[in-house]
Amino acid sequence: MNTLLMYSVTGVGLFAIGLLGLIISSHIMRKILSINIMGVGIFMLLIAFAKQNGEIADPLPHAMVLTGIVIAAAGTALALNLMVRLYDMQQKNRGSLDDR
Amino acid sequence: MIDNLNIATLLPLIVFVPLLVALLVFLVNQEKWQKIINIGFALLQFTIVITITLLFLKANILQSQRYQIGNWGAPLGIDLVVDGFSIVMVSLTGLLTLILTLYSTAYFSESSKGVRFWPLWWLLISGLNALFVSNDAFNIYVALEIIGLAAAALVALQSTREALEAALRYLLVGLLGSLFYLMAIAILYRSHGTLDLIQIAESTDHQLPDQIAIIFITAGLLLKIALFPLHFWLPPAHANAPTPVSAILSALVVKASLYVLIKFWFEVLNESTTVDASQFIGYLGATAILYGSWKAFQATHLKVVIAYSTVAQLGYIFLLFPLSEQAANTGTFTGSASQAAIYFIVAHACAKAAMFLSAGNLILSQGSGEISQLKGIARRQPVNLFVFAIAGVSLIGLPPSAGFIAKWLLLTASIESGQWWWSIVILLGGLMAAMYIAKILHLAFTNVENNIAPHYPEDNYILDTQPQAIHWILTATAIVLALTTLALGINAEFILNMANPTLTGSTL
Repeated sequence: MNTLLMYSVTGVGLFAIGLLGLIISSHIMRKILSINIMGVGIFMLLIAFAKQNGEIADPLPHAMVLTGIVIAAAGTALALNLMVRLYDMQQKNRGSLDDR
Repeated sequence: MIDNLNIATLLPLIVFVPLLVALLVFLVNQEKWQKIINIGFALLQFTIVITITLLFLKANILQSQRYQIGNWGAPLGIDLVVDGFSIVMVSLTGLLTLILTLYSTAYFSESSKGVRFWPLWWLLISGLNALFVSNDAFNIYVALEIIGLAAAALVALQSTREALEAALRYLLVGLLGSLFYLMAIAILYRSHGTLDLIQIAESTDHQLPDQIAIIFITAGLLLKIALFPLHFWLPPAHANAPTPVSAILSALVVKASLYVLIKFWFEVLNESTTVDASQFIGYLGATAILYGSWKAFQATHLKVVIAYSTVAQLGYIFLLFPLSEQAANTGTFTGSASQAAIYFIVAHACAKAAMFLSAGNLILSQGSGEISQLKGIARRQPVNLFVFAIAGVSLIGLPPSAGFIAKWLLLTASIESGQWWWSIVILLGGLMAAMYIAKILHLAFTNVENNIAPHYPEDNYILDTQPQAIHWILTATAIVLALTTLALGINAEFILNMANPTLTGSTL
């Protein structure tokens, strides 16, 4: 098993694990984490592809991964923010409604 | 020659101008200056788009125009390309940006939300334009994410609990769809060594990697477009957003993902698509028409009705896949089916935007979006109800409107390609659209005075917002959109000719 194949298999595996986690977990935090794991899987795959032929690594997939990381960070930040806002709202409702 | 130069140099502007305005309105925090900046740049943006469109039509060669960012060139740099389809989408974006920006200045004039609304709004416009002119697979991913993030944040602006839940679900679904798309891009880069769409199309050889890639792209984008079984996130997101946001979500944002899907299916990877797959998508589209219309008929909130109507109307556009695939037997983006689809996108965008704006005005005036509360609104808001009715006529597909031409083209395409069974769905969908539109209009014309219910039921009901008078701009912009819908129906040739170069001078 060469290095390229190992990285690729790991990447696809991470993507699959993330997808599974996204589908089966109900907590929003877990869903956000699952999406990040899926993203990492794709980044892994791209980095593996950068080294597919020859000794010199192709810089283009590296640039794609960098951009992808920035986007993933932005998306995660927005999702976490929304989650916290929702959580606060639920706490407030719980204070006023005793039967919950 | 000069014309070509101009169109190429103008292309980056429609991406970078909104991006700069987003920064500018974020920095300039005062409402008065924000208003001037917004209206000024919306007009500038519209002028640029009109210039590009006119130059494109005048150039007469009607072929795709290319601009290389930073002069790097295709495999390494990012190229901007317009063909007929993207010109139609860019003009549509320009027109709706202008109208919806005017609407939003009035809509947010007395609300603190405006300060947070405008940067996101211009970011969304920038993302849409970037998507429509981009010829780089990864750049399209970036544009999809900009659109997804901005749109989710805009939905969350309403900051009710329902809106936040809808926004979060919308965001997660959008991220998931984009990741599927990114996976496909990784696979395509591995097998083709380039991200340029035209170069990928030239080197496609109907192999396993391409087929896996098109499966990932289709799965991811169908989720983002909300085709029938994957539509669960759309109605809450579109119904809970502020009115101008609902309008642009239904009119343009879902169409952006659709644009990418059509581009990949019929231009970039059309060797790898199969008739069976296109038939399957067609069945899903047909189900979406019937299911969406039925849910729209059952819904009790005005905005939910319109949101489910979007689910149904999107189904029509997916009939393009079986009709086009079978007709040419090669699955290229040719023939009447693709023209019908492009025209349908434009017609639905204008009608749905008009409908959301007028519905938003009715809700503002009535203080509630419940359909049962709309009784007798025809007396107080005759103009807005009229706009709603015109938009409804277009969605049903009755003669003087753009929707009629769109459905007529689809019917012709289904008969031409020998697949008459799709025409039954198209006609049935029109009938069901008539059902949910007529239900609302019927209530609107019901006389309130005969009922025991009070005119303004402040004490008996909890209202979303207090009933209030409506700024004239809110009504005027809705009227302009309704007139556009009618004008498109009368002058359909214009759009069809613009859409035509996609067929002959396509990027292939």
